[in-house]
Amino acid sequence: MEAATTKAPTAAPPKKKRMTDRAKAERKLAWLLCAPAVIAMLIVTGYPIAYAFYLSLQKFDLRFPDEKEFVGLANYGDVLTSTTWWNDLLTTVIITVVSVSVELVLGMLIALVMHRAIFGRGPVRAAILIPYGIVTVVAAFAWRYAFDPTSGFVFGLPLVPDDWQPLTTKEGSLFVIILAEIWKTTPFMALLLLAGLALVPDELHEAAKVDGASTVQRFFRITIPLMKPAILVALLFRTLDAFRIFDNIFIIQPGGALGTESVSILGYNILINRVNLGLGSAVSILIFVCVILIAVLFVKGLGTSTAQQRGET
Amino acid sequence: MSEKHTARERLLWTIGILVVLLYALIPVAWIASLSFKTPEEVGDKKFFSGFSFENYDVVFSDDTFIAALINSIGIASIATLISIVLAAMAAYATSRLDFTGKTLILSGALAVAMFPPISIVGSLFEMWRSLGIYDTWIGLIIPYMTFTLPLAIYTLSAFFREIPWELEQAAQVDGATPFQAFRKIIVPLAAPGVFTASILVFIFAWNDFIFANTLTSTDAARTVPAALAFFTGASQFEQPIGAISAASVVVTVPIIIMVLIFQRRIVAGLTAGAVKG
Repeated sequence: MEAATTKAPTAAPPKKKRMTDRAKAERKLAWLLCAPAVIAMLIVTGYPIAYAFYLSLQKFDLRFPDEKEFVGLANYGDVLTSTTWWNDLLTTVIITVVSVSVELVLGMLIALVMHRAIFGRGPVRAAILIPYGIVTVVAAFAWRYAFDPTSGFVFGLPLVPDDWQPLTTKEGSLFVIILAEIWKTTPFMALLLLAGLALVPDELHEAAKVDGASTVQRFFRITIPLMKPAILVALLFRTLDAFRIFDNIFIIQPGGALGTESVSILGYNILINRVNLGLGSAVSILIFVCVILIAVLFVKGLGTSTAQQRGET
Repeated sequence: MSEKHTARERLLWTIGILVVLLYALIPVAWIASLSFKTPEEVGDKKFFSGFSFENYDVVFSDDTFIAALINSIGIASIATLISIVLAAMAAYATSRLDFTGKTLILSGALAVAMFPPISIVGSLFEMWRSLGIYDTWIGLIIPYMTFTLPLAIYTLSAFFREIPWELEQAAQVDGATPFQAFRKIIVPLAAPGVFTASILVFIFAWNDFIFANTLTSTDAARTVPAALAFFTGASQFEQPIGAISAASVVVTVPIIIMVLIFQRRIVAGLTAGAVKG
């Protein structure tokens, strides 16, 4: 890295006159190199989302393809006035808020444990990567069978009442779904937070220690404020991810039964099971709008927190 | 780290390690234990009981599972290969070259990373059917390749920024041809980053369920996660717990092996992409 910075200035001046040509050539090369990736991303996300919007304005049911006609925003009206959409949105928000909050606390604990590693950092790191890497469907089956009344080891444990059957109630099912979600994604949160922890300079802690600050005070007054951008980034990724929850519900409570339906499951049921592409696309677009809103809120928060930090230092 | 640690600190740390290990391993051990149970033992509600390979015999003599396994390996590998080639080109451009539009491309990639797949599965379902690629390998390779591009671009850029590129010129000054300089100097330096990104992309493609579920309908392209979800026993209402568990273990073993061997790289890749980007 140092060699690059010392070498660059000596190499640059003679070429100054041709710089514009060079810059042009460089830009051309850059665009050529980026083009395939950009085109792929546009074709697979940009075009389909536009197409979904077009479909959402049609009455279009694959069971009655001849009845396809333009209906304007009628599908949105149908979705937004249905109790199903609002119930599912509420369920999705509950799952998202509960799992992401628990993950933040657990993830922070794991990150602190790993940050203060005395020995055995490798095994811990390998262990927490297993939930991250494992197929979500597989993990969902593991949790479902753990709570399955006919096979679950949970019911063989002491202290667990024999008549407790979580998968037969809405609350119980949501508990298992959220548990599965937390288990699977806390490691990701922990790793992002660990990277953020590494950016907090030790000197600040030493100085505060000298000034008589306790461990808890140092955590809340130094670590947390300095980690705020890292925390917000981790929260943003995980919130968006949790909001899209699909796999866990699909396996643990097939079809989103017992009121465990999330908005993604609702979209799937209408699009794929009922092949009502018009109505389903309206749900798809509404989910897309929700995701944009969440992202905008977080990016705003991130912007102000980094601006604050720059202003203070 | 030079300070001496007290016995109490060591004890707390040991407990911490054990808790984390238990946390990570319980569901994995549970599904493995289920896979080794015989049909009579499945209902005994014990964490460990019996040790039989009966379920593995069942899944490995099941054509649907074998087809799904081949589909998973083929689709995930091809998607990874294409994604990494495209991402490496883009990452080289964004990390080494200076050009207008760089920020646009990087924020576009970030937007794709946050994109909800459910929002486009309806469109893709309809588009793929009219293009004739519904329920084919290519029909899954395309979305996997695209949705992993952001992760791959960010990870590779982070690694590429650390490469001392001037070594390439130095080698050429010393008499190496441009190709030799690239092959002997740059390729070995870039390899760890490319490798790391490949692992992350492969895990994503291997794990995907939503596209595999919506864009396939038969053994022709159905991958293991989708096949597992639609796996039924002799009767439609009987869930073959043992067989599903055995199949689950089969697809989990490669992931665990990768995680154990490449843990340091995976962590570096995940955090490099998220924090520096």
